[in-house]
Amino acid sequence: MMRHFLLSLTICLIGTSSAWSETVLKVVPHADLKNIDPIWTTAYITRNHGYMVYDTLFALDENLEVQPQMVDSWSVSDDSLTWAFTLRDELLWHDGTPVTAADCVASIKRWGARDGMGQKLMDATAELRVVDDSTFELVLSAPYGLVLESLGKISSNVPFMMPERLAATDPFEQVPEIIGSGPFLFVAEEWVPGAKVVYVLNQAYVPRTEAPSFAAGGKVVKVDRVEWHYIPDAATAMNALMAGEIDYFELPPHDLLPIMEAAPGVLVENLDPLGQQGWLRMNHLHPPFDDVRIRQAVLWMINQADYLQAVIGNPAYYGICPAYFGCGTPLESDVAAEALMSQDLDKARALIAEAGYDGTPVVILQATDIPINNGAALVTAQILREIGMNVELQAMDWSTLTSRRAISKPVDEGGWNIFITWWIGADILNPVANIGVSGGCRNRAWFGWPCDEEIERLRDAYAREADPAEQKRLADAVQRRAFEIVTYANFGEWFNPIAYSERLKGMIKSPVQFFWNIEKQ
Amino acid sequence: MLGFVSRRLLATIPVMAVVAVFVFLLLHLSPGDPATVIAGDYASPEDIARIRAKLGLDQPIHVQFLTWIERLATGDLGISIFSNLPVATLIGQRLEPTLALALVTLTLAILIAVPLGTLAAWKAGSWIDRFVMGFAVLGFSVPVFVLGYALIWLMAIKLAWFPVQGYAPLAEGFWPFLHRLVLPSATLSVIYIALIARITRASVLEVLSEDYVRTARAKGLNERLVLLRHALANAAVPIVTVIGIGFSLLIGGVVVTESVYNIPGLGRLTVDAVLRRDYPVIQGIILVFSAAYVLVNLLVDLLYTVFDPRIHY
Repeated sequence: MMRHFLLSLTICLIGTSSAWSETVLKVVPHADLKNIDPIWTTAYITRNHGYMVYDTLFALDENLEVQPQMVDSWSVSDDSLTWAFTLRDELLWHDGTPVTAADCVASIKRWGARDGMGQKLMDATAELRVVDDSTFELVLSAPYGLVLESLGKISSNVPFMMPERLAATDPFEQVPEIIGSGPFLFVAEEWVPGAKVVYVLNQAYVPRTEAPSFAAGGKVVKVDRVEWHYIPDAATAMNALMAGEIDYFELPPHDLLPIMEAAPGVLVENLDPLGQQGWLRMNHLHPPFDDVRIRQAVLWMINQADYLQAVIGNPAYYGICPAYFGCGTPLESDVAAEALMSQDLDKARALIAEAGYDGTPVVILQATDIPINNGAALVTAQILREIGMNVELQAMDWSTLTSRRAISKPVDEGGWNIFITWWIGADILNPVANIGVSGGCRNRAWFGWPCDEEIERLRDAYAREADPAEQKRLADAVQRRAFEIVTYANFGEWFNPIAYSERLKGMIKSPVQFFWNIEKQ
Repeated sequence: MLGFVSRRLLATIPVMAVVAVFVFLLLHLSPGDPATVIAGDYASPEDIARIRAKLGLDQPIHVQFLTWIERLATGDLGISIFSNLPVATLIGQRLEPTLALALVTLTLAILIAVPLGTLAAWKAGSWIDRFVMGFAVLGFSVPVFVLGYALIWLMAIKLAWFPVQGYAPLAEGFWPFLHRLVLPSATLSVIYIALIARITRASVLEVLSEDYVRTARAKGLNERLVLLRHALANAAVPIVTVIGIGFSLLIGGVVVTESVYNIPGLGRLTVDAVLRRDYPVIQGIILVFSAAYVLVNLLVDLLYTVFDPRIHY
């Protein structure tokens, strides 16, 4: 009760004190914030909400290196098994209580129960223990090379820190209230799902002194209030931006960009250097894609430029990229990418014939409510037909697709053969983070269920390796094997620029959009 | 009259019960699973199963239905699977924008359409009649989103007379409230103007050929009084029926208009809930819609007695 009172009082006082000249940043986010627990869901909009109200122990910077955020100092034992972390002073929860090591231990455990990299880290962890109020230790059962990379991962699920009483919530249930230690306070009373989310400046937050860089560095808030106004219609959002009713449009569709680029007072800029990677995911369990030759035929049939022209259209915003771990990243590689990079329909036809394809219909799940997904499914169907496959496009909405793709049964029992999706570059930076290269079979691999002991052995070796040069060698080996067994076919990368008012300054270049450091002039 | 109202109100109970059964079955038998949406991309089959169990979706359908009905009987519409907020709260947040849009739209439509339709009937066959009916055809034909974007471009972008989007609650003042509703209401009212004007014209035209109108004219009443007191009053029953239907449709949500003008109404809540398979929200909204339909129909039936004294209940 007292916590609620203090939180309400803080919000009221902030509201009162800033009433004179309140600076409000009005944002049209990429999606509606439907749930507010960033561990319970992987939705990017909830991740972005998480960055507003929560803080992280470590964070990724623009050099893709992990930097301390809530952590002040850390040490590793000589055997590399015991990691000790000490928190910064002056860390406070939004209800005014101090952040403790026990809170962080509970938060890591909750995150580790849901997140892919978190689960891997927990598998390698023998014990997480509190040393004192500001120090805790993570004791590994075996050397693990991705401790900091895991705790500093930038995208869903981000290991956000929560008070112990909230982090004790079952990870499969939502936390009952939003209390973080981040730079903004969430105003629950003003939250209208489907319409509006409001955050106000957390005056008790003490930012780091370093310059902001991706999710790392000082989170200095330069506005009093941030309002997310979810506008589902892109043309309306564009008109609202051009009329000065909003300041920031996070995900304008590519076909509207030329209008905004020409509009006075509006700037269009790509802030995400890592972009998105498109995936054509095949079901490895059932014919015809249970035959590696037919999966390889898919690689030979792809011309990334065709896909990107169809789904993005403007070459300024897309790029040809064969690398499984993204382009412009430390693990970028073109190893074994010959098939993907040199379309050869005759070779694809030959592989299909060699595999003895019998004309079984290939069912493509086509999410018609997502333009990129829809466009890529249509291109895929067309090229598959050109190489002699019998294709059935099944139109549905994305929610239905997410249910359908989880069905591992044969097609005639509700299963599927191909679906289209994409991931942000920050989610596929290495062989552990990129779940598309997992060969963990029906129990551990991602939908499509590739099954390959060799690639799993290489991924595990990567996870245990701490030497960057050796990590690079192992990542190349994973990529080579991924191309051999075709875990998925990458149909290129693209960038989603933001559009914003020229009155804004200080946007941070990052795969995730942050709202600290932004000034409204 | 009191007996009629009581009987009609009691009759809503079986109607709502049938709606509840159908809605529940249709939703739960349709493809899609909120657990897979919640579970996200990293979830294992075990994770999805665990979420389904937490949500009670692993129970047999009849058990889920009984659980829902038990809650409903106590007035509890349930909790949104996604936002974790009570469905009643979510509907409450959206009710004011929807009601405001519906009322302003219908007011505008009635104020314009009834005189236009009456005028068209009075001047049947003239250029005025043809103009009004031409406008009605146009009103039916132009898609709401085309008209909406055209009005935004002209009135909000070029002339800057109105805001592009958004809703201001009445609590923020009457002018901001009205200012933001003008464009969406104008957009939405066109189709209702067309509908009501056509019905008004047809009804008044029919009444104008009745004997009592001829008698009134023969008595020497001036044409204005004949038109308003004898023709329009007696033509009101079908007009009121159409207005009632229109109001029910507007309460049910006008998704396109709400999307084009970014009004957080019930229509958008419905679409969002359907896309996510947020079962408690969809069920709650449809029950509220059903209740609104029943009540509006009752109100329309009662209004018949005002316009036509021959009708008794």
